[in-house]
Amino acid sequence: MKSQILPAIKLTFLSLVLLAIVYPLIILGIAQFAPNSGKVQFIERNNKIIGAENVGQKFDQDRYFYSRPSVVNYNAASSGGSNKGPSNPDYLATVQARIDTFLVHNPTVAKADIPSELVTASGSGLDPHISPKGALVQVDRIAKKRNISNEKLINLIKINTEKPFLGLFGTEKINVLKLNLALDNLK
Amino acid sequence: MNTEILGIILMFTLTVLLAIPLGRYIAKVYSGESTFLDPIFNPLEKHFFRISGINIRQEMTWKQHLIALLTINFLWFFWAMFILMNQGWLPWNPDKNPSMSADLAFNTAISFVANTNLQHYSGETGMSYLGQIVCLTFFQFISAGAGMAICVVVFNAMKERTSEKLGNFYNYFLKSCTRILLPLSLIVATIIVFNGTPMNIEGKASFISMQAGDTVQLSRGPAAAMVAIKQLGTNGGGFFGVNSAHPLENPNYLTNIVENVSIILIPIAMVFALGFYLKRKRLSLMIFGVMTLGFLLFLLPSVYLEMKGNTAISSMGISQQLGSMEGKEVRFGSAASAYWGITTTVTSNGSVNAMHDSFTPLTGMFALLGMMVNAFYGGVGVGFLNFYIFIIIAVFISGLMVGRTPEFMGKKIEAREMKIATIIALLHPLLILAGTALSSYVFVVHPNIGWLNNPSFHGFSEMLYEYTSSAANNGSGFEGLGDNTLWWNITCGIIMILSRFLPIIGPVAIAGILANKKYIPESAGTLKTDTSTFGLMVFAVIMILAALSFFPALTLGPISEFFTIQ
Repeated sequence: MKSQILPAIKLTFLSLVLLAIVYPLIILGIAQFAPNSGKVQFIERNNKIIGAENVGQKFDQDRYFYSRPSVVNYNAASSGGSNKGPSNPDYLATVQARIDTFLVHNPTVAKADIPSELVTASGSGLDPHISPKGALVQVDRIAKKRNISNEKLINLIKINTEKPFLGLFGTEKINVLKLNLALDNLK
Repeated sequence: MNTEILGIILMFTLTVLLAIPLGRYIAKVYSGESTFLDPIFNPLEKHFFRISGINIRQEMTWKQHLIALLTINFLWFFWAMFILMNQGWLPWNPDKNPSMSADLAFNTAISFVANTNLQHYSGETGMSYLGQIVCLTFFQFISAGAGMAICVVVFNAMKERTSEKLGNFYNYFLKSCTRILLPLSLIVATIIVFNGTPMNIEGKASFISMQAGDTVQLSRGPAAAMVAIKQLGTNGGGFFGVNSAHPLENPNYLTNIVENVSIILIPIAMVFALGFYLKRKRLSLMIFGVMTLGFLLFLLPSVYLEMKGNTAISSMGISQQLGSMEGKEVRFGSAASAYWGITTTVTSNGSVNAMHDSFTPLTGMFALLGMMVNAFYGGVGVGFLNFYIFIIIAVFISGLMVGRTPEFMGKKIEAREMKIATIIALLHPLLILAGTALSSYVFVVHPNIGWLNNPSFHGFSEMLYEYTSSAANNGSGFEGLGDNTLWWNITCGIIMILSRFLPIIGPVAIAGILANKKYIPESAGTLKTDTSTFGLMVFAVIMILAALSFFPALTLGPISEFFTIQ
């Protein structure tokens, strides 16, 4: 064992230099050519940074498309999910309450049309997306609130829908921040 | 066809297609044949070995291999402890995160040395950038490299010869890091950094939120480098608290494909590498077949159940068009989340792109089963070692059944090897069940201890999952468990260290003893081990052992929960 200690220390040190210094520096170098030099892509409006493209933020007012419920209140410095089990009675009561609230704010929507992502919390608490259906069920409410025709909103949703990857793989989705930005720009 | 299903078919196909050439390449690396990376790494490795005073031509016996492995791991543990307990004042800590307490550092150090990456801290608030890189990222390379090196020792022992010389540990270790893990990490990190995963050295950013106009702090940092190796080395320790569910750690469907393929790529490639290395392709196909059968058995019902949704929510009368969405992200959907959940648990990866605590009950059970078996692909290197134990047991049992001397690869299996194999096979359930039983007892005596985030059967599952994950060196969790306490830090730490090293020592000892025995050439009386019949035998051994050990505990947890919400 003794004779192994010195070689082990030296080899560990050299590996440290290669794997924990050189390797990250190479990636950091490559990152300089990536969007916003690997520092997260932000979205600006009127020269003010109002969000990061990939990171969800809170929208719960009736004049905007809602984003998904978040147990960390969209705190982007402390991600987290609810970690509630599917049979937990408190959790099921929370979901029921979210459904009821949604129905109060969206009286024209039938319960069976509420997609589950609007009443369940995301894994990260920062999910930037909802499904196209999740946006469509909110059209009546926003149209009334903003005095815009339904057709205009449906068209807006269509424009902002992101197809599955290569049109074939995964889900269709809408970035809520971008959709709401476009919504504000409608007027 | 449904685009979510297509997505997971693509991921699995892509993995297998990449794993075959990679397996061939890995075999070349370990047998010392020339590869296209020689011009870079030959001189580099030569210098490394010269400075370290290591002669790679000096072959080691199985005992010397184990001594080398344990010595270097022992040193690594102290490096990790030092960084974790001092990162608060050490440089490169822009977010001013604190040093870890002793018990948390103990747990985290073992967790990363043991290739587990169980995380009782949260990346954004619990680690400095220095700690993330020179401690955690570093360990994600070297713990994986050590596992792969020890796997090659067992490959060597399976050669058709009688010898106690099984190659040089340091040689295999360094080459695993430089020639396999490093190049692949560079590729993966480059892809994800161009898709939005941050790689920067500044601290938190802030923005003014659009609706409320308040300031939101946004954590970022040198994530891409770490995310690549955490996926490839079956480590799983994420940069951010919620791992690859975080929109910066895993920004879109493409990065999800790349990261998920990375989870099982090397574990599968190692199986093919065995075939190329020993020129026993049929054997490696048999192993791949058994592993894939087990994997699909866990995967298919999980995908179905997650896409179907939570029955308790269905009865509220809303639409679950995307499936069960609690704890999941819209950009992945429930199929890709279930696929990730099973791939990460059958291998010992443990990264997540959805919260396993919120999976529907039986998907949670299949994730548990993946870790309880821990040999359907398994961790890089060590997955094969676990499988090797099951092969030995299957050879012995089928030898008895057909009345032939139990032989594997021309070596007779006798009482001593069987004893070791049995002890190792039973150690895993013992650690899991004893840990869970003890914790359940403590919980019953002190019901206000505040560990559990969920009542009833699911609460039991949370404790069972934590120990299963520790014992499988997996690192995922039912994260509702309040696990950053003295009790969980210490007990999980002990279980992780035992279940990392004993299941390495056992198979290496068996292989070493077998390698030293007389080689008996195959004859008409030899039990063929590379046939589908024998494959089914191994599969039966695995499933029967798992069922006998774990069925009662699973009944108390996920199975009971399943029936309560029907």
